[in-house]
Amino acid sequence: MKELIEASHAIAEAVKVVKPDVIAAYPITPQTHIVERLSDFVADGDLKTEYVNVESEFSALSACLGASATGVRSYTATASQGLSLMDEVLYIVSGMRLPICMTIVNRALSAPISIWNDHQDSMTARDAGWIQLYGETAQEGYDLTVMQFKMSEDHRVLLPSMMCIDGFTLSHVYEPVCTLTDEQVRDFLPAYKPLHAVLDPDDPLTQGPIGFPSHFMEFRRTQELAMRESLKVIEEVYNDFNKRFPMEIPDSRPEKYAHLEQYHIEDAEVILVAMGSVCGTIKDAIDEQRAKGVKVGLVKIITHRPFPFEALRASLKNAQKVAIIEKAISPGLGGPVFGEIASALYDKEDRPELRNFIVGLGGRDVRLNHVEKIIEMTKTGEGNKEEWMF
Amino acid sequence: MVEWDKITYKIGDVEVTMGAVLPSDGSAANTKTGGWKSMRPVTDHEKCTACGMCWTFCPEACIHPREEDGKFQADYDYCKGCGICPQVCPVKCIEMVPEEK
Amino acid sequence: MAIAGLPEEEYFSPGHRACAGCGAAIAMRLITKAAGKDTILVESTGCIEVVSTPYPETAWKLPWIHGAFENNSSIGAGIERALKALGKEDVNVVVFGGDGATYDIGFGAISGVFERGHNLTYICYDNEAYMNTGIQRSSSTPFGASTSTSPSGKESFGKHEWKKDIVHIMAMHGSPYCAQTSIGFPQDAYKKIKTAIETEGPAYVNLFAPCPTGWRHDSALTVEIAKLAVDTGVYPIYEIINGKHKITRPSDVEKLKPLEDYLKIQGRFRHLFKPEKNEEVVGKIQEQVKANLEYILKCQESGL
Repeated sequence: MKELIEASHAIAEAVKVVKPDVIAAYPITPQTHIVERLSDFVADGDLKTEYVNVESEFSALSACLGASATGVRSYTATASQGLSLMDEVLYIVSGMRLPICMTIVNRALSAPISIWNDHQDSMTARDAGWIQLYGETAQEGYDLTVMQFKMSEDHRVLLPSMMCIDGFTLSHVYEPVCTLTDEQVRDFLPAYKPLHAVLDPDDPLTQGPIGFPSHFMEFRRTQELAMRESLKVIEEVYNDFNKRFPMEIPDSRPEKYAHLEQYHIEDAEVILVAMGSVCGTIKDAIDEQRAKGVKVGLVKIITHRPFPFEALRASLKNAQKVAIIEKAISPGLGGPVFGEIASALYDKEDRPELRNFIVGLGGRDVRLNHVEKIIEMTKTGEGNKEEWMF
Repeated sequence: MVEWDKITYKIGDVEVTMGAVLPSDGSAANTKTGGWKSMRPVTDHEKCTACGMCWTFCPEACIHPREEDGKFQADYDYCKGCGICPQVCPVKCIEMVPEEK
Repeated sequence: MAIAGLPEEEYFSPGHRACAGCGAAIAMRLITKAAGKDTILVESTGCIEVVSTPYPETAWKLPWIHGAFENNSSIGAGIERALKALGKEDVNVVVFGGDGATYDIGFGAISGVFERGHNLTYICYDNEAYMNTGIQRSSSTPFGASTSTSPSGKESFGKHEWKKDIVHIMAMHGSPYCAQTSIGFPQDAYKKIKTAIETEGPAYVNLFAPCPTGWRHDSALTVEIAKLAVDTGVYPIYEIINGKHKITRPSDVEKLKPLEDYLKIQGRFRHLFKPEKNEEVVGKIQEQVKANLEYILKCQESGL
């Protein structure tokens, strides 16, 4: 069904059709519209789930931990300070290999306090052992939400996942979305079947023991191997989704979901790399520039964790000048994604020039003229390696 | 039921399970903590009335009723020599004696 | 099969790494006996969690889960809901932790769980300090006790703050059953824990469990101290059933065992008697012990 819907509500619709058994969430701007819509569904009997109005975010993820450990599907959503508050539990959930799914509505981190968009929050969680996906549009938000459950619950993976959409600039914006039916999703996403995490008096297990130095490193290793393996599983899920549910609304999503989306990179002299809704603005800027004869393209990262090394190297194979545009900063170091890409390209013989552009922190609007300037500066080599586009 | 062969991994010589889960089978009993004690409780079974106070209060759950008469005896494989059982015995039939090496 | 009024079946095996004479280990045996086979145990980080699950060994014979320090109750809430979704509401959810997890770092989460009315039981094994990390004070540590972060010294008599009254706080959440008991009275503890588990809704039990290592007493005296605490009035055994107080013991403020008998045998209070008795602090403790007990008795008398 096609409808004009607020992106937050689209995500709520996706969660409704996926039917988690337990939803435990704490409201925080700009995630509130998701949890409020889910509450409405429950109140009207449209979604049969155990909905827990927890008293904090760490309780939200902890309640999901308990539910997932009992062997049922669970979901939560948060942003910014809420994600920071549940930080301890992020690592625990991943270490316990619980396939909890979460939506992050990207928002800047205090201080100063900001309710507006940037990627600092999800960037702080990139080392927690969660699959991390970024959606550019409401349709992507909807689709990736449905897909993330299939990725996380795969027995080769069994890792939690977070799907990130930009707060306000996407979450509170109305876009056309094509939604799936219960039957379509049931076919695509089978019921969750636990492999190791059950709490059942008939098969009593001990979950969460202490790990001495004699074993700890091997635990981390198996977790990392699962994370690396998940790259393949994520690709399988994308392919399955592409086959079953081709794009219906033009420009609402990539024709084919993959770890990266490539936009006009074939003969590009300048390639921009970015994540999330800013890519919409970037694509518009590229269209304008292309019309003027400037050869510029975009590589949009959809799968951020596990990091798609192969796909990234392949997409930047012929790149000469690359600009990494990001909405986060690692103080004292630079843009986090810049660092990741530099590391991915380090061993390449003819490495492209890499520039880092910090944009849109704390909800600062990223406009066409910002992107034009970035393209210009990257082309001419003007400015510093790291530039903040105020 | 969990299929353990599907969730056990070997990295080098070390075997680990997915998420570090374990069957709740009391495997801690593989470690004989009896070596910790410097005193051991000796029960005079003539005087013992099998009231069960020592059994009730043992932190190790290592005092058991004997097959032959239901009177209680500490399992020295696990007894840490804490000294609680003589204290709680109403007929004072348990004595702590130094552990022989 | 029963021994001394308690079921014989053990769900907490020997071989755990607790100190000799650990009061909390005795507590674990009582809790699991009261809970029985159809139970899921949820535990916080702390002494028992560490000594009972040294991977690849576990001392548990029931489903058991540990997440973090402050969220045992939230995890329990998630489990309770998952069981409801699975239609398995006849399985007990028993959440437990030390006083660190309960009184301090996990306090907010327990409050949330009790406010929402989840059907589970929360048991605090109360050894009155953060024992596993090295005997640091908690808000359960009694007034005047010496701990590593509230040590007695030239300018301090130990902990300056009074013990938080958690039982009444949980009762004020509208919990149908809150109780305080001691491992010194195992049949009583068993009965109260069983009642808590059988009560529909969120129930709370405070379970006194002496720690020979932290309180600096002979490991043989764990049970004796657990009895004295009750009979001196320091740690009375009582229930608050649907908001109404019911004392078990002691029931007479005038017939309490001498407080000093209890304080003097513990190293954590020794500084109150050596080199000479700190009349002021001991006097204040005595006053408060009487006042707390009187409050409970008066409530009961008035039907509150």
